[in-house]
Amino acid sequence: MSEDPSNSNDPIKLIDPHVHMSARTTDDYERMAASGVVALIEPAFWLGQPRTTVGAYMDYLSSLVGFERFRASQFGIRHYCTVGLNSKEANNEELAEAVMEILPLYLQKEGVVALGEIGYDDQTELEDRYLRKQIELAKEFDMVIMIHTPHRDKKHGTSRTMDVLEEHGVDPAKVAIDHNNEETVQEVLDRGYWAAFTLYPNTKMGNERMVEIVREYGSEKIFIDSAADWGVSDPLAVSKTFRLMHERGITKADIEQVCYHNALACYGQSGQIKEEDWLNPLPVDQRNLFHGNSVLRGGQTPRIDEDSLIIE
Amino acid sequence: MATESASALSLLESWLTSRLSTEAQAWYDEKRASLSCDRDFYIAFALVPRKLGKADLIPTEDEGAACTGWDPSNWTVDQAARIALLLAGPEASFIGRLEKLCATGDVGELVTLYQALPLYPNPASLAKRAAEGLRSNVVPVFEAVAHRNPFPKRYFDQAAWNQMVLKALFIGSSLHPIQGLDARANEALAATLIDYAHERWAAGREVNPELWRCMGPFLNEARLEDVNRALASENRLSKAAARLALGAAKFPEPEEGEALSWEEIHQSLAPC
Ligand SMILES: [Zn+2]
Repeated sequence: MSEDPSNSNDPIKLIDPHVHMSARTTDDYERMAASGVVALIEPAFWLGQPRTTVGAYMDYLSSLVGFERFRASQFGIRHYCTVGLNSKEANNEELAEAVMEILPLYLQKEGVVALGEIGYDDQTELEDRYLRKQIELAKEFDMVIMIHTPHRDKKHGTSRTMDVLEEHGVDPAKVAIDHNNEETVQEVLDRGYWAAFTLYPNTKMGNERMVEIVREYGSEKIFIDSAADWGVSDPLAVSKTFRLMHERGITKADIEQVCYHNALACYGQSGQIKEEDWLNPLPVDQRNLFHGNSVLRGGQTPRIDEDSLIIE
Repeated sequence: MATESASALSLLESWLTSRLSTEAQAWYDEKRASLSCDRDFYIAFALVPRKLGKADLIPTEDEGAACTGWDPSNWTVDQAARIALLLAGPEASFIGRLEKLCATGDVGELVTLYQALPLYPNPASLAKRAAEGLRSNVVPVFEAVAHRNPFPKRYFDQAAWNQMVLKALFIGSSLHPIQGLDARANEALAATLIDYAHERWAAGREVNPELWRCMGPFLNEARLEDVNRALASENRLSKAAARLALGAAKFPEPEEGEALSWEEIHQSLAPC
């Protein structure tokens, strides 16, 4: 058991604003809740195995607003999601057209905090077409957008995504650009976007590098996530980085911005995620979304039971 | 539209009128006027909580009394508005809309849709839809069908009814809010529940005392041993439940021990 490293009496509150819980176990939920995660956002993405029918896509989106939300509630975590057609599956034109038809059914559901994650993967023509169509859809419904930046050709792909957003007249303050690194952060911040960083072992950011980024760029428009999914990933990445930043002398205020307040401010623009949701929930949400045996009710001390805080 | 659905619709709309702000009412009226377009309907249905809020309805005594055969005590403003919009649309396409809403529903929508089952046109045809709600692993969705809802007692056959009661026990839900629990006691359910109790005991687990209520008149000599086991348990609620079960089946009740009603037992079991 570990105490809050800041030695304050407030319990740690963390948000993981990008994590694919459908791929994770109840152990993960339990450990996330115990480490202080009060809310998380599950972006619609692909499942490793491509879907071939729109029905499969609908069932997935339904599970994000349905069963997964309930599953999280059993551990005292509020579950939010984003809805969108991801860049990989945008390359299946027939599927993509059908998904575009049904997306409006889901965009306005409760707890849908953004349209996303959308963007480029291989930067193909079809990816570009459905990125643009979805940007227009987000404008129609006045939604925040969550951008997935490509793993390959990242710097160019990230600039290009922002060019497209601006071409469509999107307000950068309503967009989170995710999966940033040292190469992209400056431009993303300069252009007025929220810059999200994914602490994902081996392929994306390590958290020692993250500490240095916060030191260099401050905490004003930066936040972090785990993007944990069905790959080798770490659902405790936010809490480990929270503690690592403390150990390495980042101020408490900066840490809280990066691990909690900024994600809330960014996605809170949707009106669909509010601090009261977990601090002071409505009676109907108490009945429906705090069911079963929450593991973290009654002020237990948050803990992390991992040996090392470092994610490489 | 069937008269029951029509009167439910006018009730719901009168409740909304007395609770909504002018702005919220105007939004509702606008959406109510454009129900013929499917896309608009589904988007409006999704938008209701953000436009009208999710406050509890808290029906007055008069309002509650006006509901013949359904129980709005746990309903909220957004739930009332969503069901009103659903009922106000063209009846010919009602089933199509209901099925699509169920297929795409979030937790709050599914709870809303299932708790309103008795208000829909031709409810007898919806038993399969209701059973689908009971198959959900989302406990509030299961309870939207099972609790404070006259639909199961009216339209479920015995097999569906029995599955519902057994699943309620199995998932740790309570039985007291199930309507018609006493009237629909049956031999097959009593036998199933005795087996279930044996399974629990064999695993060293407790049995929900509410189980004994479902024995009703089907508590026979062969099952006495099991009820006596509950009577002899350390748990005061199990003891009280066993007493009630014995009394209900016209067996002599033990002279000593605490007498509680099913209501009191339920209240003592409630988690918070
Ligand atoms: Zn992702």
